Amino acid sequence: MSPDIEPLVSIRDLHFARGRKTIFDGVDIDIRRGQVTAIMGPSGTGKTTLLRLIGGQLRPDKGSVRVDGLEVPKLRTRELYRLRQRMGMLFQSGALLTDLNVFDNVAFPLREHTDLPESMIRDLVLMKLEAVGLRGARGLTTAELSGGMARRVALARAIALDPMMILYDEPFTGQDPISMGVLVKLIRELNDALGLTSVIVSHDVQETSAIADDIYLLSDGKVVAHGSPGELEHYDSEWARQFLKALPDGPVPFHYPAPDFAEDLLAGSEGGRAWQ
Amino acid sequence: MAIKGPAGWFQALGASALGFFERLGRGHLLLFSILGRLPALVPRFGLVVQQIYSVGVLSLLIILVSGLFVGMVLGLQGYYTLVDFGAEQSLGTVVALTLVRELGPVVAALLFAGRAGSALTAEIGLMKATEQLSGMEMMAVDPIKRTLAPRFLAGFLSLPLLAAIFSAIGIMGGYIVGVQLLGVDEGAYWSQMQNSVNFWDDIINGVIKSLAFGFVASWIAVFEGYDAVPTSEGVSRATTRTVVHTSLAVLGLDFILTALMFGEP
Ligand SMILES: Nc1ncnc2c1ncn2[C@@H]1O[C@H](COP(=O)(O)OP(=O)(O)OP(=O)(O)O)[C@@H](O)[C@H]1O
Ligand SMILES: [Mg+2]
Repeated sequence: MSPDIEPLVSIRDLHFARGRKTIFDGVDIDIRRGQVTAIMGPSGTGKTTLLRLIGGQLRPDKGSVRVDGLEVPKLRTRELYRLRQRMGMLFQSGALLTDLNVFDNVAFPLREHTDLPESMIRDLVLMKLEAVGLRGARGLTTAELSGGMARRVALARAIALDPMMILYDEPFTGQDPISMGVLVKLIRELNDALGLTSVIVSHDVQETSAIADDIYLLSDGKVVAHGSPGELEHYDSEWARQFLKALPDGPVPFHYPAPDFAEDLLAGSEGGRAWQ
Repeated sequence: MAIKGPAGWFQALGASALGFFERLGRGHLLLFSILGRLPALVPRFGLVVQQIYSVGVLSLLIILVSGLFVGMVLGLQGYYTLVDFGAEQSLGTVVALTLVRELGPVVAALLFAGRAGSALTAEIGLMKATEQLSGMEMMAVDPIKRTLAPRFLAGFLSLPLLAAIFSAIGIMGGYIVGVQLLGVDEGAYWSQMQNSVNFWDDIINGVIKSLAFGFVASWIAVFEGYDAVPTSEGVSRATTRTVVHTSLAVLGLDFILTALMFGEP
């Protein structure tokens, strides 16, 4: 890819805090058109938060988030909604509408945003469901789906309007090896066949590296590594090596910050509020 | 940062007062944005009809049963009071006026809060907790327009109808007890009722009351759901608050409306 094409999403000097906790402290990210970009990082670093900032559900404290030339935090509601029609987002929890069945969930964005006749909606929905392997499950209610199936229905819904970009929040969690493989291939194929731009947030280093063109590693509010999967393998950072190879020891802490364990056990009756 | 001792009590008092006014402010902001989106429901009235079904039709059974019993009790109590004065012929008037002016709108609103209001709050609160509302936003669908406004309007429209049904079935209950069991003259029961119940002063005022109650009950239910802390505990608290606040608001409002409507001219 030539670097002089304007990236679809460009984030500059992003600062964001939740209460007193700083989540982003000067982050620069470019998501190039037509590519699959992966955002990885330990749990709780703010990957979901980053997707919400791109989608305009949260506003940065400082810095800029531009999507397709539009400054997202400055958009008015109507413009923001028009932009969101061109973005699909796959939520970590699926976020399917529980009062609708599988078919109606996938049809939901089509019915809300288009005036297509019902027969065409039916065809489109069946095509999207076929792509995720759940055409036969169209009549099920959301309560009858497993977690992994719900995620796939949500994916079918996210691509229903043929968006220009899809944001995937942990698409692989809860998938068995077969549907995981299918999903990995599907994400790549959707991206290439429809000319989409994809952003994947994931912990699954192997699967994600296999299809990503570009990877960002986030930690402690900063980008700690950035490059293609090949580049990252030889990256000169102990942090990146530990994360990508899943080594238990290294600079990435497994524990949320806490006082000394033995001291904590002896502290006795103070309950959950002991350390604050 | 909690301060101990009397200063701490003042701090807590101040904090809860601020919290109260903040909630009040958020409630009004939500109400205005719902009202502003009502015109957009006209081309999509199907959404409202769906909600009228789940809010209204599902409350129907409890309204019918309660209305019948309340009417029967009124027939019984009214008869024993009136018979001492030899005025049991007026039983129809007593039953009808009590129901149409007071008990119909008020009891229907209280039942509505328990049956439909709590369900609305729980549904909206759970939709928030499971990211459905925020998912809709990301699909460029306004959750206030798509989810909250139809539910609010459905509650507002359903309650007057439910109250009317409550009163009608209550009058039948009074008839069963008074006329069929206790032997009040059937002609007197209906004709006295017809002579003394005024369409504008009694029926329309009762309808205005239940419109007001429907407005307040649906507003509280929708707001509590939308403002709920998005956890199971938060939703269950919000559901309780809906029932308690709606009941208090309905009873308080009833006093004010009654004083305004039925005071001496
Ligand atoms: N609504 C909220 N209010 C306050 N803090 C929040 C809220 N949502 C998330 N956080 C905090 O923001 C931080 C980042 O959360 P986020 O959900 O973005 O993490 P994540 O990288 O997606 O983690 P995971 O991989 O586990 O999904 C976390 O430390 C979390 O405690
Ligand atoms: Mg997350």
